[in-house]
Amino acid sequence: MSKEQLNYLKKQKKNKIVILFIQLAIVFIFLITWQILSDQKIINPFIFSSPKKIIITIYSLYQNYHLFSHIFTTLYETIIAFILGITMGFLISILLYQCKMLAKIIDPFLTMLNSLPKVALGPMIIIWTGANAKSIITMALLINLIISIITIYNGFLNTDTYKLKLLKSFKATKFQLLKEVVIPESYRTILSSLKINISMSLIGVITGEFLVSKKGIGYLIIYGTQVFNLNIVMSGIIILLVISFILYEIMNCLEKRLLKNK
Amino acid sequence: MNKLLEIKNLSKKYHTKDGEIIAIKNINIDVLEEEFISLVGSSGCGKSTLLNIIAGLDKQSEGEIIFHKKKPKIGYMFQSDCLFPWLTIYENAILGLKIQKEDTLENKEYVIKLLKKYNLYEFKDKYPNCLSGGMKQRIALIRTLALKPDILLLDEPFNALDYQSRLAISNDVYDIIKKEKQTVIMVTHDISESVSMSSKVYVLSKRPCTVKKEYIINLSEKKDPINNRKDKKFMEYYDQIWKDLDINV
Repeated sequence: MSKEQLNYLKKQKKNKIVILFIQLAIVFIFLITWQILSDQKIINPFIFSSPKKIIITIYSLYQNYHLFSHIFTTLYETIIAFILGITMGFLISILLYQCKMLAKIIDPFLTMLNSLPKVALGPMIIIWTGANAKSIITMALLINLIISIITIYNGFLNTDTYKLKLLKSFKATKFQLLKEVVIPESYRTILSSLKINISMSLIGVITGEFLVSKKGIGYLIIYGTQVFNLNIVMSGIIILLVISFILYEIMNCLEKRLLKNK
Repeated sequence: MNKLLEIKNLSKKYHTKDGEIIAIKNINIDVLEEEFISLVGSSGCGKSTLLNIIAGLDKQSEGEIIFHKKKPKIGYMFQSDCLFPWLTIYENAILGLKIQKEDTLENKEYVIKLLKKYNLYEFKDKYPNCLSGGMKQRIALIRTLALKPDILLLDEPFNALDYQSRLAISNDVYDIIKKEKQTVIMVTHDISESVSMSSKVYVLSKRPCTVKKEYIINLSEKKDPINNRKDKKFMEYYDQIWKDLDINV
């Protein structure tokens, strides 16, 4: 390796470290400032809580309120909604792709549903499916499904026309077109829709838990608000932040891993 | 040579919101076995539509296409090599066989024979992104030849390449086509390509696309496409066709 190349690699590595350092510093300074402002009563510690209080609250939630079973409930609902959303999104996209007429017919309805704030449907969902995990999963499904359909279907539509023409010149059946070109070509799109879908599922589940639930992080946050214990609310938000980050990273790793093999 | 294909009074109309477009009007072409025919015309004149109709991907409005062969097999190549990046070279080469469910041992062996013959066998487990443009085009040709087509349709097959590779690869492809005794209809807008490769050139007019003139190419000495360009009579044909095309910029 030449000296210039070594220097270049060194510089790249250094850049990465600097960025990570600054990111950590921002988090650290934010937490310290928050703590100091709260300790000095510059901000109202009752309303704004403080990092120290949040840690204590999380610990007591763990001891007295079965924190893990709340986390588990939220995760469980999110994953069910995610799996349902991605499978149904994929199958419906295939159906729409096979039947362009149907796609044209339902296009305005999809757009309408997509722009409708799904939370507005919440009360109806509760009445229809009952106040239980089912309604929360339905809520999340409504939020993640439409965006999945739109993303995957558009991926299908972007299939290279020459590749399609080639297979047609081989007299390929519709099923072969799907299996040999349309789906493999959209592989990247499908994988990136996983990332969108997992975030949407979590949003849907928390929205659902806000409306109706006896368990879950969303429930903890609403409960905290009702008893005016802002420490619980803040703790819930911090836990959610961590969960959503971890879920996203899992999907990101999965995507990179699957793309590597291709 | 026997007649392989007759195109009789072929016309094609398109219907759009703004009205009817006559893309092809009354085309008559006879194709003999092992003939190399070029259709030359300016871009957008409806040449590709003609190939699509012959390949059965599109329907003519009037006229007929008569094959003097039962169940003719048609090979179609485009300007993009159209290799699938997620398949290996070998998997790409047998794709057509797989689609038609004819990936028998015998046919696969034929593909391997072709790969070996044209120096691509060592790359058979590599992916297309490792190959040069010329190699990709050769794989695309082998993928088509694997089906043992009765006629080969080439739609501006070298368009995506730079000028130098274009010359080299047309030589390569020509060599393979002649060795495998293929009948070819090639569509191009490149006059020198058509004169240097074909035995017959049809000059097509602008929309609606009709046959304006027909040339039987008799060079003083038939060699490979690159050397044909140096032939004395090459320039004569070139000038004639250039005039026929009536290109106004």
